[in-house]
Amino acid sequence: MPASPFPYDNPLDAPDRPMRLILLLSGLMALFMAVTGPVRADETELRAVIAKFAEAKKFSDTEAVIEEIVSLGDTAAVTALNELSEGRLMVRDSDGEVFIIKGGKDPLALLDPITLEQVGTAAESELSKIKIKNSIRRMIADAVSGLTLRAKDAHIRMEAAETIFSRPDPEIIETLDGVIAEEQDTGVRQAFIEARAAAVLSSDMSDDAKIDAIDILNARGGRDVLPILTTASTSDAAAVAEAAKTAIASVEERLMFWSAGQNIWYGISLGSVLLLAAIGLAITFGVMGVINMAHGEMVMLGAYTTFVVQEFIRNSAPGLFDYSLAIALPLAFLVSGAAGLVMERGIIRFLYGRPLETLLATWGVSLVLQQAVRTIFGPTNREVGNPSWMSGSFEIGELLITTNRLWIVVFSLVVFAILLLVLKRTRFGLQMRAVTQNRPMASSMGIATPWVDAFTFALGSGIAGIAGVALSQIDNVSPNLGQGYIIDSFMVVVFGGVGNLWGTLVGALTLGVANKFLEPYAGAVLAKIFILVFIILFIQKRPRGLFALKGRSVES
Amino acid sequence: MITGFLFRALDKKAIWVALALLAVALLVPLSNALLPVSHPLHVPTHIMALVGKYLCYAMLALALDLVWGYCGILSLGHGAFFALGGYAMGMYLMRQIGTRGVYGNPILPDFMVFLNWKELPWFWYGFDMFWFAMLMVLFVPGLLAFVFGWFAFRSRVNGVYLSIITQALTYALLLAFFRNEMGFGGNNGLTDFKDILGFSVQAQATRGALFAATAIGLALAFVICSGIVNSRYGKVLVSVRDAESRTRFIGYRVEHIKLFAFVVSAMIAGVAGALYVPQVGIINPGEFAPANSIEVVIWTAVGGRGTLVGPIIGAIAVNFGKSYFTAAFPEFWLFALGALFVATTLFLPKGIVGLVSSGFARLRTNREADRVEETLQPGTEAAE
Repeated sequence: MPASPFPYDNPLDAPDRPMRLILLLSGLMALFMAVTGPVRADETELRAVIAKFAEAKKFSDTEAVIEEIVSLGDTAAVTALNELSEGRLMVRDSDGEVFIIKGGKDPLALLDPITLEQVGTAAESELSKIKIKNSIRRMIADAVSGLTLRAKDAHIRMEAAETIFSRPDPEIIETLDGVIAEEQDTGVRQAFIEARAAAVLSSDMSDDAKIDAIDILNARGGRDVLPILTTASTSDAAAVAEAAKTAIASVEERLMFWSAGQNIWYGISLGSVLLLAAIGLAITFGVMGVINMAHGEMVMLGAYTTFVVQEFIRNSAPGLFDYSLAIALPLAFLVSGAAGLVMERGIIRFLYGRPLETLLATWGVSLVLQQAVRTIFGPTNREVGNPSWMSGSFEIGELLITTNRLWIVVFSLVVFAILLLVLKRTRFGLQMRAVTQNRPMASSMGIATPWVDAFTFALGSGIAGIAGVALSQIDNVSPNLGQGYIIDSFMVVVFGGVGNLWGTLVGALTLGVANKFLEPYAGAVLAKIFILVFIILFIQKRPRGLFALKGRSVES
Repeated sequence: MITGFLFRALDKKAIWVALALLAVALLVPLSNALLPVSHPLHVPTHIMALVGKYLCYAMLALALDLVWGYCGILSLGHGAFFALGGYAMGMYLMRQIGTRGVYGNPILPDFMVFLNWKELPWFWYGFDMFWFAMLMVLFVPGLLAFVFGWFAFRSRVNGVYLSIITQALTYALLLAFFRNEMGFGGNNGLTDFKDILGFSVQAQATRGALFAATAIGLALAFVICSGIVNSRYGKVLVSVRDAESRTRFIGYRVEHIKLFAFVVSAMIAGVAGALYVPQVGIINPGEFAPANSIEVVIWTAVGGRGTLVGPIIGAIAVNFGKSYFTAAFPEFWLFALGALFVATTLFLPKGIVGLVSSGFARLRTNREADRVEETLQPGTEAAE
């Protein structure tokens, strides 16, 4: 690797990866949707069949037409059938055309039975109702669920299964038995089986069938089987009630496991945000010993760089929007890095060895930067958009994972790895560590220590800048953005141990996970207070953090 | 011993400062109350309130200077002690409202009625008595400082680590006091005060008395600090600042020395907060904001740390600047404050007082140089 301190080369080749990952993880269904879209039978065919309602003089004729519609298997007929059941499907006497009518008074609006567009109006006297009776209504209800369950679009079938699952109805079991036998898609088939099981439990079928159904629901798991199982557990049949109770216990146990998993994920997600915010500080504070209170403002500069890049892209090249973050990354690194370089050369280098004064001076810089941004961009939040590959979410079991959080976790780890490589494998990193460990010796070996200091500080600030790019995706981009992170970042670095990148990683993740585990019990604010108090106490016990540097460098 | 303490405390300079403050305490309220509005020496009420506020800040800066300037402990959480003192006073003032609140509950403050609380929480007991509230003004910040300092100094947490955890402390308190469940009025804090010791807080005479109390309190704090730093203990304090390990090796219990200064400082900060609240009429969790505490540090630094007059001058000067800037050029105040931070640390490590005294010193040496007709290298005295 060259002696370049710029670790942003890698994320640049990223844009096609997210798409693949989404496809992979959200499974076949999304793929199906994306490629084919909704599928319809030939519309004219359906129209011809619906027109036959006009000639239906007897109830048996109407039934025959309904059966014919069902045999077409076109979900576009569902509305017309529902309207028929409500008595709003009418025939125009003059030409025998069939319409859905809308509105209560004359003249009635006529809607096309398939497209549902208004095609004209007519007086009530010009129309005659297609007569139905209760047995036909039942038939229609079955036909509608049969149609949706047999819809060509797997997505609609899935939805239908879910509707039945949430409102189980014993009468649908027969239809379900039919579609389960026909269904090709295993995912949808499974959903049908589960919907059937829910329906079985609300029916008066045999206890054995119910116990089988309970087993199926138990295997499905999830929060929404609980009410169904709870109803079953009050059943008169002891065996069914017993089976339901066992199933409830098992489902709840798994739910607890998942919620713990969810907490861990939230914790890792929070930890990765902390890591991003703190990792630049781990360089400036941890390696150089400079208290940079303007660190948060370096993050803010990165976020505003993203905003400017996106504005520019919106105005001049909207097609590049999905690449805006990739473009913003190197720019943010340069902007914040340059700000850091100027700060080091202009102020901090005069204050080495006086850490408390450094703290005050950098705090002053942070105030100036905040006000400068406020003056230029205004005090309100700025809109930074998510590129398409960063929006959305997916589920693994009961885990809900939002894509942008996932990317931030990945991104923070990548940044961490690159930084580690820069420190351990490059010439610049070697010089940096040499200066940290023994400045006079490094100097005698011909290392230009002032410039190593300057570039180390610029590196730390630049990393804060690219953290800003990531944080702009999940936080409000306002002049106060940095303020929210500065205390947390210091906590992470101090907790993890100064001068040790691994400490920062472990510190950030530990604090993140601990915070999210406390939250359900204590609430968000109290959880944070606990964490702060814990760190204050922890520092008493281990004043140099989790991974303290050993040896002489400690005292310097 | 006490005579000795006082004797050393009231050295020539300290007497002048204390007398000047007492004169302010006497003359400003009198001029406000007795002189006609048209009189050129009349001090309008709003100016008196403003200066009263500055004097509270000055007291806070003085407290910080005792630990930072003389003991090298940079506390970024002194605002917390100030706010705690303020809350103790605020609680007393809340209890004095009585049935005049919006809900007219004789015992519960309005916000508790609003939260549907039935009983006064235990930590509000006793705050209807002035003496108890004043005790708490000293006790609560003192206790927090004692516990915090006991652990921190014993574990030898120092330097920037200490600064960072003091900041964490005030941040944690900020978050805590924002919670309604804490029982301190949550976001809104405590306000709508009516009486203090039976006098209306709005009345001109009460305001004058509060102003006088603040100035006298500042003079007292000054004398106490002066006594401390001029005593034998004060010398050890400075030695802890300059060479902590060496002091420890000589045989001093460094952590005890630090702890004493820290607790006294916290108590002074608490009193400053208590005097502040009735004058501004509100105390809310915003006072715990870490940024406030850092601002106190800059007052001290601008005035000159390691001197006792410095923080008073610094607090008044910076806050006067703040009042002026935020009214005249609201956009530029943060630029000015930021620049002040940078410029003070880079060019004025000893603050205004250091600049003035080194200027005097240079003048004197120049005169001596004239007399002896010998040239001294310029700026020798100004260098560290």
